[in-house]
Amino acid sequence: MRLPRKGLIDRTKPISFRFDGASYAGFQGDTLASALLANDVRLVGRSFKYHRPRGLLTAGPEEPNALVEVKDAGSQTPNTRATVQEIYEGLEANSQNRWPSLRWDLLSVNDLAAPFLGAGFYYKTFMWPRAFWESLYEPLIRRAAGLGRLLPRHESATYEKAFAFCDLLVIGSGPAGLMAALTAARAGADVIVAEQDSRMGGRLLSHDGQINGTLAADWVKATYKELRSLPNVRLMTRTTVIGAYDQGTYGALERVGLHLPAQPDLPRECFWRIVAGQAIMATGALERPIAFADNDRPGIMLASAAQTYLNRYGVTPGTRVTIYANNDNARTVARQLIADGVKVAAILDSRPDASSLEDCPVFLGARITGTRGRRALSRIAVHQGGNDFQIETDCLLMSGGWNPLVNLACHQNARPEWREDIAAFVPRPGMVPGLHAAGSANGAFSTLACLSEGRAAAQAALAALGRTAPAPDLPEAEDDPFRVTPVWQVPGRGRAWLDFANDVTVKDVKLAAQEGFTSVEHMKRYTTQGMAPDQGKNSNVAALAVLADATGRGIAETGTTTFRPPFTPVSIGALGAGGQGLGFAPQRFLTSDQASRDRGAPMVEAGLWYRPSYFPKPGETTWRHACDREVLMVRSSVGVADVSTLGKIDIQGRDAARFLDFVYTNTFSTLPVGRVRYGLMLREDGFVMDDGTTARLGEDHYLMTTTTAAAGQVMRHLDFIHQAYCADWQVRFISVTEAWAQFAVAGPLSKMLLNSVLDTRLGDFPFMSCGDVQVEGVAARLFRISFSGEEGYEIAVPTAYGEALFRDLLSRAETLGGGAYGMEALNVMRIEKGFITHAEIHGRVTAFDIGMAKMVSAKKDCIGKAASQRPGLTRPAREQLVGLRPLTDTAIGAGAHLFNPGDRVHRETDQGYVTSVCWSPTLGSWLALAFLQNGRARHGQRVRLVDHLRKTDVLCEVTDPVFLDPEGAKLRA
Amino acid sequence: MRLTCPLCGPRDRREFYYSGSEDYLNRPAADAPAEAWDDMLHLRVNPAGVTRDLWYHETGCGSWLVVTRNTVTHEILATERVADRKGGAA
Repeated sequence: MRLPRKGLIDRTKPISFRFDGASYAGFQGDTLASALLANDVRLVGRSFKYHRPRGLLTAGPEEPNALVEVKDAGSQTPNTRATVQEIYEGLEANSQNRWPSLRWDLLSVNDLAAPFLGAGFYYKTFMWPRAFWESLYEPLIRRAAGLGRLLPRHESATYEKAFAFCDLLVIGSGPAGLMAALTAARAGADVIVAEQDSRMGGRLLSHDGQINGTLAADWVKATYKELRSLPNVRLMTRTTVIGAYDQGTYGALERVGLHLPAQPDLPRECFWRIVAGQAIMATGALERPIAFADNDRPGIMLASAAQTYLNRYGVTPGTRVTIYANNDNARTVARQLIADGVKVAAILDSRPDASSLEDCPVFLGARITGTRGRRALSRIAVHQGGNDFQIETDCLLMSGGWNPLVNLACHQNARPEWREDIAAFVPRPGMVPGLHAAGSANGAFSTLACLSEGRAAAQAALAALGRTAPAPDLPEAEDDPFRVTPVWQVPGRGRAWLDFANDVTVKDVKLAAQEGFTSVEHMKRYTTQGMAPDQGKNSNVAALAVLADATGRGIAETGTTTFRPPFTPVSIGALGAGGQGLGFAPQRFLTSDQASRDRGAPMVEAGLWYRPSYFPKPGETTWRHACDREVLMVRSSVGVADVSTLGKIDIQGRDAARFLDFVYTNTFSTLPVGRVRYGLMLREDGFVMDDGTTARLGEDHYLMTTTTAAAGQVMRHLDFIHQAYCADWQVRFISVTEAWAQFAVAGPLSKMLLNSVLDTRLGDFPFMSCGDVQVEGVAARLFRISFSGEEGYEIAVPTAYGEALFRDLLSRAETLGGGAYGMEALNVMRIEKGFITHAEIHGRVTAFDIGMAKMVSAKKDCIGKAASQRPGLTRPAREQLVGLRPLTDTAIGAGAHLFNPGDRVHRETDQGYVTSVCWSPTLGSWLALAFLQNGRARHGQRVRLVDHLRKTDVLCEVTDPVFLDPEGAKLRA
Repeated sequence: MRLTCPLCGPRDRREFYYSGSEDYLNRPAADAPAEAWDDMLHLRVNPAGVTRDLWYHETGCGSWLVVTRNTVTHEILATERVADRKGGAA
């Protein structure tokens, strides 16, 4: 019920929303939880296992019961905490884990079967018969498991990621956080304040207490105003710091659009990585429930939550309220309710020696033995001083003391320490380097202590940052001592809940201990206590206290489970923001991209590059038609292909030649200027890393090419060799891959085509030459190299001229009966010639395997040489590169394995495997490159090619890997 | 995790490529026995404590770094450029 004139909501802005199909009204500033409570909606969810009716337990992100599905614009977010979700016009939320409806839930029969469903039920029950597991048990369990539902389609909403940097990150904006921020901000430090709520102020927004003689909320407003006016302060609301990582990096999740109707381009959430010189953990504390019989009915909530609903939202959680507490703090809530005219039926204090000042019945040394009410609390049973009696009540507020939120301090595996006087775990100093705990997160519970600790923590952080500044005066505030007497479990008939979210009771924890799960980590896994979305925020300490009692150990000795990030649930969409689609794989386009697409070429991915697969002509119905034509075209006239994706590394300096000799297995210092040489590069472990051609452009100037796939790896490799082994050599290099557009011009008419575009006709330009040329006045480079086996050239122009040259070459080639060729034709021609790619040099082959052992120069050292000569890498029995031709006209595929004819087809008789295949229109045959044991000695023999996937089984002749023009007469033409 | 590149300053670990032990820096002579090469290529200690390994500032300046860090506390104790080491030349 809403009270008049109270709260921080804007009563001039009414908002309508829907819950489970019914329409309700709230105000701007309401959460879904406060608005439902204002509408007297008590039943908001069903529990996970027993499907018990549940209401709000808390008013914050730790809420275990009120998990809802929020629908907007075609998406559906499950497990949203109603206590965090702000209402907006048109918000539509539904309860979860019930069928057919929240009031009538069929699976609530589980609750009747509860005596059989205790901890370990699944482990014990679904063991046998074994055959039932997959057919019966698993489908059943899967249907019952899980809370919210996801829509079975891709997430369409937008998420963002961002980085931020600051001197000091203040986590939380209660009295400690605000005071810390103020101290550091006035000292001139760059400050970020991250607050998970929509407003700054923390618990002060839930108080009616005073600071400096005015309402605490007014002090918050004034402090907020000052902080906002300072240019060195960034205030981030709706931002939860979810993890403390190494070197001052903090993960934080900002709710950017979740409190608004969905709009295109408005991200729902932003995942921040905040790098802070120092940080202050002012995350506050959470009140803990008390485990008494049937303590989970709708209407039973934490006293602090009721205080929040009352002061922040102007909502009373009931009309006849009772309070059950073991500390002074909760008693102030009772006084406030009375002051606001809410009927308080009774205060039950577990402590026999507590005060009884309030203007209502106070029962000292009392305990609750049971509760009644099916879908909402109606009555409680009390035991006090030898008497048992009942109290009519629709709202019971409980307070079992406070747990400091030590989570972030524990994220790097340090453990908190137990403080007996406040019956709580507190952080130790230095658990996370540079993170200072302050305020109630540090076990300081009075407002003055929080303010004071916030200031002190900021001063310590400033000192660590090397800054000094006068400290601001401490405001006046209450400094009441915190007195608590722990009550971990209350005797009574019936189940007493510890973990509301996962339905774990006191009995379950005791059962775990009885069955030998006495370590707190084992108990957690056996009972699932603390494994729900709230990660045990409401139950961890109480559960381990029960375990400690059951095992006869102290709480300190029993210890806590491990606190891991994230502090609150993080959607996968936010974690992966920027990593989907183009963010995952950016696209690299050739300068010829549009020209290729204009000709209808399907593009194929090559790493991040897009290259034309083939160039279909009218009437060609399959890729093979186009590919075969392109191969024959190149072999008979001329073809043009964009080869700009190959890595290009410009290497210069007096020691450039020496450096290349060290990097490549073969020698480059002897290469004359104006010549090109094929080079082979090994890894230090002796296996082939990459190959390519390198041109000597000048005495101290080389241009290396790498394969498309290995361009980055080779650059890294060269940097390492240079910096690690020869940093003092006079050599420098840089990647120029994207600076040049390079086109292969291949075929018998290639020279004719080139001469038609070059400003000066080519003179004598033998195979493996290079030199400068001019195209329409543009300085270009020409290389006579061939990957097709034909007379071939590659011409390179600055990228800006790439598209123009490509279009020009194509139109001229077409007048000669030639044209463009794509990746498919390029691949066929290189297989016909036995040229290798990374299909062959796949990381497990040596120079010996590919028949290039002689390229490892005996006259000099090079990277990988020593290791390449290990006996195991030069054994004849190794699989060696060969060619294969099927004896019958049978389509074959890469990945097939080879066997001796007559052998059983078995992995132990495996003789090798196929790496590349093609249909050769030139030779009218299928061809394959393969690795075959002792293959070079087996040319002319037969092997059996078996491909279980494609159902191929065919005899092949073993050949030299070079099928076409083995003497290279065409190349040199 | 953050590493301080001597040229570029403190940077997020996503800018770096991790390569492995600093053992790779100690390349045996070309005629060294097979054991020496085996040692450099394959044998690694896996310390709980201080370790030195190689990182490449791939999306930064291209420097290879030797990073001294503690595998238990995650503390970064030192970062230095491979090229600046004494005796770095082959």
